[in-house]
Amino acid sequence: MAICCERIISEDAGEGPVGRGELRQMTADVLVIGGGPAATWAAVAAAEAGASVVLVDKGYVGTSGATAPANTGTWSPPPGERRQAAIAARQPRTGNLADPDWVERTLDEVWQKLQRLSEWGYRFPIDDDGNPYRANLRGPDYMHFMRRRVLRAGAKIFDHHPALELLGDAERVAGASGVDRQSGRPWQVRAGAVVLATGGCAFGERMLGAAALTGDGYLMAAEAGAALSGMEFSSQYATAPKPSALNKGLPFAWASFSREDGTRLETEGKDRYTVVATALLEGPVYAQYDKAWPELQQWLRQGQPNCFLPLDRTGVDPFAERWPVTLRCEGTVRGVGGIRLTGDDCSTEVPGLYAAGDAASRERLTGAISGGGGPNSSWAIASGNWAGRAAAEYARQIGGAPDGAVAPLGRAGLRPSADVRQDVTASELAQIVREEMLPLDRNYFRRAVNLEASLDRLDTSWQTVSGHMREDGAEAVKVREAAALIAASRWAYRSALARAESRGMHRRTDRPTADPMLECLFEVSGFEAVRVERRAIGWSAAA
Amino acid sequence: MIEIVSSRRCIECDICVKVCPANVFDRVPEAAPVIARQSDCQTCFLCEIYCPTDALYVAPNAEGPTAIGEQEVEAQGLFGSYARALGWRRGKPGGSDKDPTFRLRVAPR
Repeated sequence: MAICCERIISEDAGEGPVGRGELRQMTADVLVIGGGPAATWAAVAAAEAGASVVLVDKGYVGTSGATAPANTGTWSPPPGERRQAAIAARQPRTGNLADPDWVERTLDEVWQKLQRLSEWGYRFPIDDDGNPYRANLRGPDYMHFMRRRVLRAGAKIFDHHPALELLGDAERVAGASGVDRQSGRPWQVRAGAVVLATGGCAFGERMLGAAALTGDGYLMAAEAGAALSGMEFSSQYATAPKPSALNKGLPFAWASFSREDGTRLETEGKDRYTVVATALLEGPVYAQYDKAWPELQQWLRQGQPNCFLPLDRTGVDPFAERWPVTLRCEGTVRGVGGIRLTGDDCSTEVPGLYAAGDAASRERLTGAISGGGGPNSSWAIASGNWAGRAAAEYARQIGGAPDGAVAPLGRAGLRPSADVRQDVTASELAQIVREEMLPLDRNYFRRAVNLEASLDRLDTSWQTVSGHMREDGAEAVKVREAAALIAASRWAYRSALARAESRGMHRRTDRPTADPMLECLFEVSGFEAVRVERRAIGWSAAA
Repeated sequence: MIEIVSSRRCIECDICVKVCPANVFDRVPEAAPVIARQSDCQTCFLCEIYCPTDALYVAPNAEGPTAIGEQEVEAQGLFGSYARALGWRRGKPGGSDKDPTFRLRVAPR
């Protein structure tokens, strides 16, 4: 039995969400929370399986999330030898934590769904042989297209309807409630199953898509009794022209980097990000796309036009002169950690609750390294489809949305455990998360003494938000975001302390090598006291 | 961050209010929308391409406001420049079939 069930039994179910205007009540077989690729695929899959579907998103389905402002590859090698070779080649790089069978299953689902996108009429680029090139999805076009597919499948979309908390009954998750942040009107959806596709957590970084990516799904899932996994793999960074939000790495493949005094950074044969991160701790770093020949320059400009906006709009010729760069923290968005899945169908420890896309842990697909770009994009498609189908089937089995009493499961920021304080704001708490989670010498390069110091501050912040803060209506969104940011940060750094080694993106300068004894997973859960538990991988990592 | 809603170009369709993923705009009766929560902007430039009249300008500085004015943006031809580069027109998608990124993925590095 999930933790949520125990809690609900002793709970008075009368407490509803508060806001301006009358509560808008809806029911659905399946509620999808989120607005990116995983959410939209889940909504389509559930609707096609015969479920009535409501999708609520904090932003706007079409522009929400990390994919819409990007131009993403998909990892989609064709079935057969080429696919097997691709899986085998990637496996050792994952810190040996990935599951080759699971990877194959993901690639199989993606292969079919990209075919479907093509049949639906998505305009893939045409290659030199006149065939659609399906290993590329241009974010704004893809998500604009997926919005229309969701509507065509018969699902209802509610934009700017952030979910504030899940609902539960004695057996399972039973829906969610939140607020229309543009009108202030509260809403509640009773549902037979819920898919969390709320994305990863960017720890308040100013990067593309981060407006929504505050870890809300982690908080809601954990309040319902779910655990997380792989949260120590939350230290992925990307180069960006300073001070832009453009964390897009592709053009930098043809860049050289230099220090203030003009000396070149040697990146040949090294991890480019670590070279840049090390230099940034000492002073400014500059980049120049001087390795791009004229034809490639044209492809870059035409294929990655947003990457050039920060440079064109400030009068810089990025091929002919150098310009300052920074590293943007991508947390678990291009990191790995997230809600722990317990089944092949993206189910979680909580009955009726499913997780997809970056909201779910991607350890089984990508181990200790970033799935940024292709693998994560493929994962969003595959997991969205699995979760949507399974949620529809679960809802069918239990007879749809519950009729009886349901209880709200949210705590921090909604139902404080002590007196409400007025002397602290959500933005101040979010700033503390930025100060502890974004600096290179705290998160990119980790060591126990720093992790412990950060955790002291984050634990205190958690006491503040869970004990003493409460907002209603649209104002509650910022407080819940702050609570989710703090919770995700604590889970990340507790897990990072437990993994006393370096593996993949988790770089412990006080434990610089991998420990073969730690070829395992770390599950993390809880709020007041965070629990980290070591788990055997549970699958065969042999490719 | 979002810097300019050009009241000269704006047709008051309020599409930007609807599509901004960070909810930075507010509707105003009988007028162009206003930038109500600038610091929430994630500098993703997507409002620009959804605008049917190229009335919006996002400065690339994600850290804070800049002092750029409408005349300067107009003079440099920056209104709608991202939409044109993508092939979007009047707020509608286009150009994804001509995206040469697949050439970059196999180009020598």
